[in-house]
Amino acid sequence: MTDPILSLKDASLSLNGNAGRVDILKDITLNVTKGETLGLIGPSGSGKSSLLMLMGGLEQATSGIITALGHNLTAMDEDALARFRRDHMGVVFQSFHLIPTMTALENVATPLELAGAPDAFERALAELETVGLGHRAGHYPAQLSGGEQQRVALARASAPRPDILLADEPTGNLDEANGVVIMDLLFDLRDRNGVTLVLVTHATELATRCDRIVRLRDGRIDVDSVRKAAE
Amino acid sequence: MSTRIAWRFAKRELRGGLHGFRIFLACLALGVAAIAAVGTVRAAIEAGLAREGAALLGGDAEMRFTFRFANEDERDWMRDNALKVSEIIDFRSMAMVDHDGTPEHGLTQIKAVDASYPLIGTPLLDPDMPLPKALAGENNLPGAVMERVLVDRLGLQIGDTFRLGTQDFTLMAVLIKEPDNAAGGFSFGPRTIVRTEDLSESGLLTSGTMFSSKYRLDLPPDTDLPKLAETAREKFEKSGLRWTDARNGAPGVARFVDRLGAFLVLVGLSGLAVGGVGVSAAVRAYLAEKTSVIATLRTLGADRSTIFQTYFIQIGILSIVGITIGLILGGVAPLLLAPLIEANLPIPAAFTIYPEPLAEAAIYGLLTALIFTLWPLARTEDVRAATLFRDALSSARIIPPMRYLLVIGLGLATLIGLASWFSGSPRLTLWTTGGLAGALVLLSIAAFLIQALAKRGAPLSRGRPALRWALAAISGPREGATSVVLSLGLGLSVLAAVGQIDGNLRQAISGNLPDIAPSYFFVDIQKDQMDGFTERLINDPAVSKVESAPMLRGVITLINGQNAIDVVGEHWVVRGDRGITYARDLAENTHLTAGEWWAPDYTGPPLISFAAEEAEEMGLSLGDVLTINILGRDITATIASFREVDFSTAGIGFVLTLNPAAVAGAPHSFISTVYAEEEAEAAILRDLATAYPNITAIRVRDAIERVSDILASLAAATSYGAGATLLTGFLVLIGAAAAGETARTYEAAVLKILGASRRRILYSFALRAALLGAAAGSVALLGGIIGGWAVSTFVLETTYSVIWPSALGIVGGGVLATLLAGLMFAWRPLAARPASVLRARE
Repeated sequence: MTDPILSLKDASLSLNGNAGRVDILKDITLNVTKGETLGLIGPSGSGKSSLLMLMGGLEQATSGIITALGHNLTAMDEDALARFRRDHMGVVFQSFHLIPTMTALENVATPLELAGAPDAFERALAELETVGLGHRAGHYPAQLSGGEQQRVALARASAPRPDILLADEPTGNLDEANGVVIMDLLFDLRDRNGVTLVLVTHATELATRCDRIVRLRDGRIDVDSVRKAAE
Repeated sequence: MSTRIAWRFAKRELRGGLHGFRIFLACLALGVAAIAAVGTVRAAIEAGLAREGAALLGGDAEMRFTFRFANEDERDWMRDNALKVSEIIDFRSMAMVDHDGTPEHGLTQIKAVDASYPLIGTPLLDPDMPLPKALAGENNLPGAVMERVLVDRLGLQIGDTFRLGTQDFTLMAVLIKEPDNAAGGFSFGPRTIVRTEDLSESGLLTSGTMFSSKYRLDLPPDTDLPKLAETAREKFEKSGLRWTDARNGAPGVARFVDRLGAFLVLVGLSGLAVGGVGVSAAVRAYLAEKTSVIATLRTLGADRSTIFQTYFIQIGILSIVGITIGLILGGVAPLLLAPLIEANLPIPAAFTIYPEPLAEAAIYGLLTALIFTLWPLARTEDVRAATLFRDALSSARIIPPMRYLLVIGLGLATLIGLASWFSGSPRLTLWTTGGLAGALVLLSIAAFLIQALAKRGAPLSRGRPALRWALAAISGPREGATSVVLSLGLGLSVLAAVGQIDGNLRQAISGNLPDIAPSYFFVDIQKDQMDGFTERLINDPAVSKVESAPMLRGVITLINGQNAIDVVGEHWVVRGDRGITYARDLAENTHLTAGEWWAPDYTGPPLISFAAEEAEEMGLSLGDVLTINILGRDITATIASFREVDFSTAGIGFVLTLNPAAVAGAPHSFISTVYAEEEAEAAILRDLATAYPNITAIRVRDAIERVSDILASLAAATSYGAGATLLTGFLVLIGAAAAGETARTYEAAVLKILGASRRRILYSFALRAALLGAAAGSVALLGGIIGGWAVSTFVLETTYSVIWPSALGIVGGGVLATLLAGLMFAWRPLAARPASVLRARE
């Protein structure tokens, strides 16, 4: 059996809010194998995005163990997690989160610069060309459409060639046409780079293209269905 | 590596422009500019004094003696060393003019000069004429020139006759400008210049007259001034010589300018502290805006150090820009205003760019920026990647990690240390910085309490929506209540404290004193005049009390055989000559704190009774031996007792009292204080000044007015400094109001959708501004009263009472200022259409 690239064992997440303690995720146990495309679906508030954040070390689990590429994320501090993401993970957000004061090229080059890549800008430009935005490299986020911004965000996430790509509703803020473009690019990147892809989505069409779908309800795994075995 | 990347990121962020940093830059620039400007003016005056030292002094050097002329030895030494010597006699006297049988008297400071005066410079006279011609006089009478204020007071016209002592003079011209005036120091009477030889028949300048003789030396160009000064001091200091030379031609003025400058720089530091609050608020607002960028960078793998450095570099660059603007403003403004400043200064100033005060201001600016920005910058550490999904503000810790606190503490210690060093007064610096820190702590607590009270009060205001919205906004995390209370409160506290100190000082001098102070001081009363003098007064029912005492003047040169200044430093008692008296018996309302009074018939070795408080300050003990130079003769006496002397009543008080046998033989005059009803004062002066033309009367009310005038100028200078502080506070207020504009626009849009009228929304905005202003003003009132009380009680040692009109005016001003700033930024929220606001937000 192949070792999982991502593994969650009894992972829970509780947060203290003004209204008291809220249990967001409860005893999640889940393994994701290398090269697999996992779709996280479920109603609003079911904990999909929170689960993705736990996988990316963006949120600290209240209990349980989360490992990625054999590293225990729950034992790492914030800086160690940041370095781990820099070297192994890419994240795409629903609302893009491009840095407004940086051009498209600079946005894409940022993770490469953080990793100390000497050819950060050459690689960033190549990645922008892959998503069809080579000609908009010098534009600022405010000068790009929503679809274009998300393509830049995709290029930024994939430029360092991560082992794992996490995408939180990547088409949620886009119209249908742009959503299709982003979906195609996302799966194209997966195929080309052999990346493990975990994506949160509401879009049925996107979910159907995944190898495996996990449905969450009230912070627990409701259904875990394998549509196609990952090789 | 991370620094290089941080530098690159910072540069990219800064391309966004200075949006949101205008108040940051203005606060820093204004604070630095105020300090730089004060420092530049101070440096200009000091340079002017140094450049024109010889002109101010009236010669390359001056040898001064008290109550005596130079002896032959001293004159020989002057002749051997100088190309030319000019002798000047300086003393107070009464000028008298007879208006058809009614005498009119006026106190004047006489300068009696020889033919060589002035060695440098020319007096300016009206009508324009050379001084020798004016002093030559006309109609067989010697001539005199007099300052206009006295000419007017005595009702004189050019060509009129007036009398000094028993000698008549013709007023030849009005003295417009005296070239060597600045070196003279404080005087009670306007100036009259006459020839010394013309006073020979005046009856003035007799034995015991209080005068000083000054010998101005025109030295060869190659003279080694420090060496000559040292030789003169070695040779003659023990016989009472006071040496001044062109290196510091007006030491009193230089010292005054230095102290006032230092004080104003400290007031400027208060302004910088207020600006620091604005700087801190601006950085906090900027970082709040950047939360998602920081979180994105964290997601992409940037560690805390890279992120901290990215924003530290940005804030550092902006601080340098703000400080540079401040330095340009503070350096150039005095140059532009130079003609105006010079016209209002009685002393010369050399305006140019002085690097030293600019460097001082820059250092203060940098340290303030570091202290106030590090706290909010430390919060970048708390921004986690998950912040992209959840509100960042609620999870951020309030107190930064220890390493930041240590750097802030170190910055603060360096700032206080440097301010102490630059100002030359660690005590005053510690008082100022302690006061500021205390006020900031008090205001922080107040801001916290106001927010807590608003939170608790919000449910109680149900049914009054405008009040409820205002309370909710104040208690919310985004309204900037803390920065409004801190900045406005601190600015108002400084202004309130200055108002309280100024008011109490004025009250102490002009309010309380005349009730217990005498009407007149009479000086230069000769021994043979005492009986007649006393008789005129004790028979007058309007006179309640007359106190008289013999008066000599002398310089304490040695303490236990060592140079007095070396032993006790620059204490006022050893700086210059002091009044000395002798007494057979201990005065009625004086009591000894230690030692014993001498027997009435004591004739042994000279003994001293010394003022207890001054003795303690100087570290003197019973049995210490003092050498006092009186009229060129050294008297060595032992301290036999300490006495309590109250100088604050303006009665007769001497630091040094000797046993009669020690000095009674020395030529001396008497001093007398007369307590009389105000209505009788004119008649007393007329009778005594006519009967004894040589005596000088100083009206205490006039003297108090002179001191009050000087204090008023000091208070005005301080108020300008405090005004700059308040202006900075107002800028911070505007910054806080501007920062909240977007939130208020959204809030107004939602309220409008829910049916609120613009009037009601405006009322709510005004209410929240007024509540915050009132809170800041109330704390400032408390802070100002505590500050005023502390400075009055411990530094000025006067009694303290709250000056309510000033205090309440300041609170009212605080409310008004916050209202104005709040309403300035209420227009856009009220005018914006709700749909466009909500669309823009989506």
